[in-house]
Amino acid sequence: MKFAVVVFPGSNCDADCFHVIKNVLKQPVEYVWHQESDISHFDCVILPGGFSYGDYLRTGAIARFSPVMNSVQPFAKKGGLVLGICNGFQILLEAGLLPGAMMRNSSLKFVCKYVYLRPENVKTRFTEQYQKTEVLKIPVAHGEGNYFVEPDVLKKMNAQGQIVFRYCDEQGEVTRDSNPNGSLENIAGIINEEGNVLGMMPHPERASEQILGSEDGRKIFESIIKAIMK
Amino acid sequence: MSSLMMMTEDIITQHGLTLEEYDRIKVFLGREPNFLELGLFSVMWSEHCGYKNSKLELKKLPTTGSGILIKAGEENAGAIDIGDDWCIVFKMESHNHPSAIEPFQGAATGVGGIIRDIFTMGARPIALMDSLRFGRLDEAKTRSLMTGVVSGIAHYGNCIGIPTVGGEVYFEESYSTNPLVNVFCLGIARKKDLVKGKAVGMGNPVFYVGSSTGRDGIHGATFASDELTEKSHEDRPSVQTADPFMEKLLVEACLELFKKPGCVVGVQDMGAAGLTCSTCETASRGNSGIEIDVELVPRRETGMNPYEIMLSESQERMLVIAQKGKEDEVLKTFEKWGLHAALVGHVTDTGRMVVKEKGKVVADVPSKALTDEAPLYKRPAKRPAYLDEVNRLPDLSPEKSNYTNELLQLLSEPNIASKQWVYEQYDHMVMDNTVVLPGSDAAVLRLKEAGKYLAMSSDCNGRYCYLDAYQGTLMAVAECARNVVISGGRPVGLTDCLNFGNPLKPESFWMLQKAIEAIRDACLKFEIPVTGGNVSLYNESPQGAIFPTPTMGVVGLIQKESDITTLSFKEEGDLIFLTGGFGKGLGGSEYLWRVLDIQKGPLPAFDLDEEWKLQKFILKAIQKGWLQSAHDTSEGGLAVALAECAMQGKKGALCELKTSGLRGDEILFGESPSRVVVTVKPQLKDDFIKLAQDFDANIVQMGMVGGTQLKISYGGKLLIDSKWQELEKPWRTAIENGMKMSV
Repeated sequence: MKFAVVVFPGSNCDADCFHVIKNVLKQPVEYVWHQESDISHFDCVILPGGFSYGDYLRTGAIARFSPVMNSVQPFAKKGGLVLGICNGFQILLEAGLLPGAMMRNSSLKFVCKYVYLRPENVKTRFTEQYQKTEVLKIPVAHGEGNYFVEPDVLKKMNAQGQIVFRYCDEQGEVTRDSNPNGSLENIAGIINEEGNVLGMMPHPERASEQILGSEDGRKIFESIIKAIMK
Repeated sequence: MSSLMMMTEDIITQHGLTLEEYDRIKVFLGREPNFLELGLFSVMWSEHCGYKNSKLELKKLPTTGSGILIKAGEENAGAIDIGDDWCIVFKMESHNHPSAIEPFQGAATGVGGIIRDIFTMGARPIALMDSLRFGRLDEAKTRSLMTGVVSGIAHYGNCIGIPTVGGEVYFEESYSTNPLVNVFCLGIARKKDLVKGKAVGMGNPVFYVGSSTGRDGIHGATFASDELTEKSHEDRPSVQTADPFMEKLLVEACLELFKKPGCVVGVQDMGAAGLTCSTCETASRGNSGIEIDVELVPRRETGMNPYEIMLSESQERMLVIAQKGKEDEVLKTFEKWGLHAALVGHVTDTGRMVVKEKGKVVADVPSKALTDEAPLYKRPAKRPAYLDEVNRLPDLSPEKSNYTNELLQLLSEPNIASKQWVYEQYDHMVMDNTVVLPGSDAAVLRLKEAGKYLAMSSDCNGRYCYLDAYQGTLMAVAECARNVVISGGRPVGLTDCLNFGNPLKPESFWMLQKAIEAIRDACLKFEIPVTGGNVSLYNESPQGAIFPTPTMGVVGLIQKESDITTLSFKEEGDLIFLTGGFGKGLGGSEYLWRVLDIQKGPLPAFDLDEEWKLQKFILKAIQKGWLQSAHDTSEGGLAVALAECAMQGKKGALCELKTSGLRGDEILFGESPSRVVVTVKPQLKDDFIKLAQDFDANIVQMGMVGGTQLKISYGGKLLIDSKWQELEKPWRTAIENGMKMSV
């Protein structure tokens, strides 16, 4: 079992993901430089948050062309687990590994704060350690998290359980006020049809230790570990 | 020597130099300087780089202490030993004038500059704080400046991935056209990995890395050393543009390179005065010489002359002095990060800074003349006449029997209201270290690598300093240290950013002098060394000078995780104590200004010994594990402090203030310093009281945490009575609502 944390120039949550996997979950993990091409020996690849290539153009728009993404594509096609967090999610959208697109937050401002999430599908390999009734407290930190997808695709995604997390209030109600970025139907995280590529805007690696104020994100990593062990 | 031209008085004064200073230059050179050389002296002898008006005063500050590894002024920032091979490096700097002219880029480049100061030392930057001051929030100009400054800071800090964990925001008329943007950065390093900014080793290659050089920011340092005028917007080319992605690459590449043994001899970033400052400073510190050829400097524009290249302040550039023979390794490391390192020159043993253009010498000056020989002035100082007038308090309106409405008003005043509109735009959690988030008395970080905890705070109340520069500054140092202490930390170092008016005006200079004396006295008492900082003078516009604003940044070390203490009420039934007494006087308070419309002193009494006693007592009580919460009284006084504890803890409290002889508004809203509201579990009451006696600390039990109402009674009257939720609403939304008014 081995995790890969991809490092693009401008990634800045790479060390945080690495820390949580290595020191909190005590699992083997390696950094993978964006120019590397062989990732076949990993079980799960994490695309971390940050501002890959500065994100001066459009978030994730340049990173999708970096050499390592040529390997992430076949890795995902073969069923390898891919987790994109924040900028990693944006890259997965740009790379076409997940449907939809990101727009700027409806406030037009960067937003960093704790939000509440409702796990909508706890039968994925990323979420099976959660209960459907749980309300998770996990922080967001992004300027472009306003998720959009065409209505017909959205319908299909809803039907197939591809919406994995939605923003909600402390009681678990999906409300307008609890949505930090204006995303469609309060979507915070989605999964592909095959169930092996997950993208989410909130940062589970910032909510994996009690000292930082929440451990609600850790079960994502624990779910992945369990799924790989199976 | 080419382009020798006769210097006219006009050219000299346009360079911010006096005729006497020009004569001094001639003595060092033994001849007339050429135009480029005049430019070099102009920037290096500016206040911004040469501290010519403030250095004699700054020498009064205590810079030594047991933990000091690198003293203030020796390098780009001071370094402090935190034990177990680890050290911290931190500093605060201003970027006021650029932010006044171009708020987004001005603030962003300020963040970039202070980060470079830290990683240049070999330390990984892990935290930022921003201390901001604007005019009144109901002015459109303020909202426009604040929008730009906050988004500029967010743009840079968020992209580069360093959390902005704290700071402060004040609104006050005097900053209306001259906002203050003071930026603090802290980094950590293993002691053995610290890097010096020295050019040594005859023949060692000098590399230029990072962004190419453009015409932006030429004479920025000189610009920063002048008053803002109606025409300052014409200086916009003096403001540089920010590229945080480039700096992120520089941080990673440099820290990777520094770890490779024997590759790097010295490093210096190109901040104010760009290539000029970095070359002459490294040579001067190394007691060596340096020779570069501007033709080899990567440029982003054609036709740039040596003057423009040497004085450009284009951002995100570094000068790396490598070990001869390691050139390939240096180039390879930068290439990995997509950066090009250009060989621009080498170290010499001549003691001179020589600039060539295609091999031809275009400037040749002694390095130390630029760095160490800036003239130092002791300016005339005079106590401002206005002080008598503003320190006479008129008779106040009669007392009221209930002050709930006044408390609600104060909670919605921008200086007191929650700053979440600001800090939610900053990524304050990246790096997985932020234990206590913004909105507390101090930010608390854990250092995963070192297994340690740090508290840090930045503070200054400019109005206090306007009313009394000496005592106001004492109170700023005290509050900053107190905020660290009540969060569980023992202060280990202080950095300051001294924002004042034109030092050539005796009243301004007098206030600068008083402030520095106060920092000295407070730091000696609290045993905190000053590790460095910066001076920003000439903060004047046609409307007058800003309030004198010596911003403090204090960092403290927290012994163990369980010492981390926050301000929120924790449990029903906890006992509420006030340490430090009820205080006396309303002078200088937010209440006096915003509710009664009186902006006057005198400040309430302050005693350094009392403060020191209080801090030692609180820290001991925390380390014994006896305090459930701790929060000092500051703007808005005791009532606002209690409201903040209640709102953040989502709990009410019942308090009775058992004293007499004070006005109701005085006891509620007076800003008497050296006071902390703490809560203690009932079963620890006796232990706590005993400890207070041991420390001879003044404590009084005020009440108990519980319910949803905050009730404060005094002299038989219920002065405050409100649900905490009703207090929270105006407090949380005031700034957001204020910003919604059209810009």
